[in-house]
Amino acid sequence: MWLYALRRLLLTIPILLGVTIICFALVKLAPGDPIQNLVRPETPPEEVAKLRAYYGLDQPVVIQYFVWLWRVLCGDLGRSIANNALVSEEVVRAFLNTLNIALISVVIAFVASMALGIIAATRQGGAVDKLVTAIAVFGISVPTFWLAVVLVIFFAVNLNWLPATGMGADGSHGFNYFDWNDFKFAVMPIIALALPPLGIMTRTTRSALSEVLNQDFIQTLRAKGLSEGRIIVHAVRNIMPGATAMLGLQLGYLIGGSVLVETVFTWPGTGFLLNKAILTRDIPLLQGTILVLATVFVLINLVVDLAQSMIDPRIKRI
Amino acid sequence: MSVIPADSASLPAAQGAPATKVRGYWGSVWNRLRYDYVTLFCLGLIIVIILLAVFAPWLSPMDPEKSSMANRLRPIGYKKYLLGTDEQGRDMVSRLLWGGRVSLMMGILPVVFATLVGGMFGVVAGYYGGKVNMVIMRTMDIFFAFPSVLLAVAIAGSLGGGIGNQMLTLTVVLIPPICRVAETATSQVRALDFVDAARASGASTISILFSHVLINVLSPVLVYSSTLVSISIILASGLSFLGLGVSPPTADWGLMLSTLRQSIYVQPIVTALPGIAILITSIAFNLVSDGLRQAMDVKA
Repeated sequence: MWLYALRRLLLTIPILLGVTIICFALVKLAPGDPIQNLVRPETPPEEVAKLRAYYGLDQPVVIQYFVWLWRVLCGDLGRSIANNALVSEEVVRAFLNTLNIALISVVIAFVASMALGIIAATRQGGAVDKLVTAIAVFGISVPTFWLAVVLVIFFAVNLNWLPATGMGADGSHGFNYFDWNDFKFAVMPIIALALPPLGIMTRTTRSALSEVLNQDFIQTLRAKGLSEGRIIVHAVRNIMPGATAMLGLQLGYLIGGSVLVETVFTWPGTGFLLNKAILTRDIPLLQGTILVLATVFVLINLVVDLAQSMIDPRIKRI
Repeated sequence: MSVIPADSASLPAAQGAPATKVRGYWGSVWNRLRYDYVTLFCLGLIIVIILLAVFAPWLSPMDPEKSSMANRLRPIGYKKYLLGTDEQGRDMVSRLLWGGRVSLMMGILPVVFATLVGGMFGVVAGYYGGKVNMVIMRTMDIFFAFPSVLLAVAIAGSLGGGIGNQMLTLTVVLIPPICRVAETATSQVRALDFVDAARASGASTISILFSHVLINVLSPVLVYSSTLVSISIILASGLSFLGLGVSPPTADWGLMLSTLRQSIYVQPIVTALPGIAILITSIAFNLVSDGLRQAMDVKA
């Protein structure tokens, strides 16, 4: 177990290095001179020359990478072209906003998908099962930004129940998730984010559960006279390790893939930051945000793997 | 395509009964598909959508890029505008038909390119194993460190908008998962005795790869690729929505939704139309790939 944890931990290092290489390459992918992509256009030429040396852009590409990597490790992600703010500060502030709605969404999706999956797996082939499957297919196929727009049409335009965009008067500074006047801004983003993972997890839960329910030990439990409800408890315990792994993975996808939903609702998270970076071609902001999000995704995967090997005694990974 | 002994393997008794008609692999796949009405319906739907897109120049009642200041944001069924008009007074029916061309192309072409490239890398990695495998698959692992949406936004965001960049981005995003599936399938096939038998009988590596390995790897890879079409359509429309796709006057479902979003308070239903087109197409492709997977009996 500890050996596995250590190995898994060590395997993360080359992956993270690879992530930094890709993020570094993004600046090279962007058309034009890299330094022009990194500094504000009105910067005086002598300042540009100084920054060129600072970023090591006058040196071979390998050296450039290590110069950049060293700055990243020191917490320096550069400055945003749009407002000259520190990218690291912008990303951290936005990340907390994203994390909040992503966490709530994934928990809602998880609970709902377990309930739907159990209902469907115990009534296989019936009308309820078909309905659940339809919900799952809808969740998997729906473009989230369209869903977000439709939510706005219903709840903001037609019913006028919820605010269409933003995060309230105080923005992220005084946002209180336990105060309805603040939380109502988060309701639609949470719903729009929750539906795709709900679809995916419902489908996985249903198929995993129906597989377990066909196993011999369920027959034995039934023969022993256990009630169907108790049998379900046994079966659900069996699929729990896989389901929790799924939960972690989906959380990672939500954090990394929130750009469309946050753009529609102008929710000031990392996705909105990415959208801003794209619109203004703010390459340092784009690069920094992507680096942070990808790193978080890798770390979530690491935690998921470790947690799974801990809670599931059947997995013996060396 | 009859090389794969799918039926004869599962029914050894059939070999002793020459009178019964032995169905080939694809024959048995079709036999299973024939009674799967949901899949058949969706397949029909996809064919219709493709035909509508292909024949858009002849089917669309108006020029999709011709704007009319007098007829902006008309409701569904207004005069000759069957589905209303957009924020520049352009006919929605024509724009949806023309937009389907771009959106379908963005769903299918990147998957085809990624299947060719990713499949090749996967087969090479799986067949040669060892160092070759390590280099290819560890490189792919790095791409798996990004959620697909994030990777797409990263690449397209740096490259900038445009249809070529969008196609390139989607292809790069789809290569790693296809490569992984191809690698797994190839290394499983490679371990089977008939590959050793072919090598022992003097077959060259190229001929083993093409006539023995590839044909057995094909069905899991194709089934997997088919699941990616819907993902590719959604990713592409998402990129267009963010302004990283086709440039404005051109119609594209994602871009249409993005520009119409400003008019949500005026014509909410017209605003929702391009998304409905994306949703229907994506559901159809998803259900067909589900049906194919079941019919071809490939584990997800």
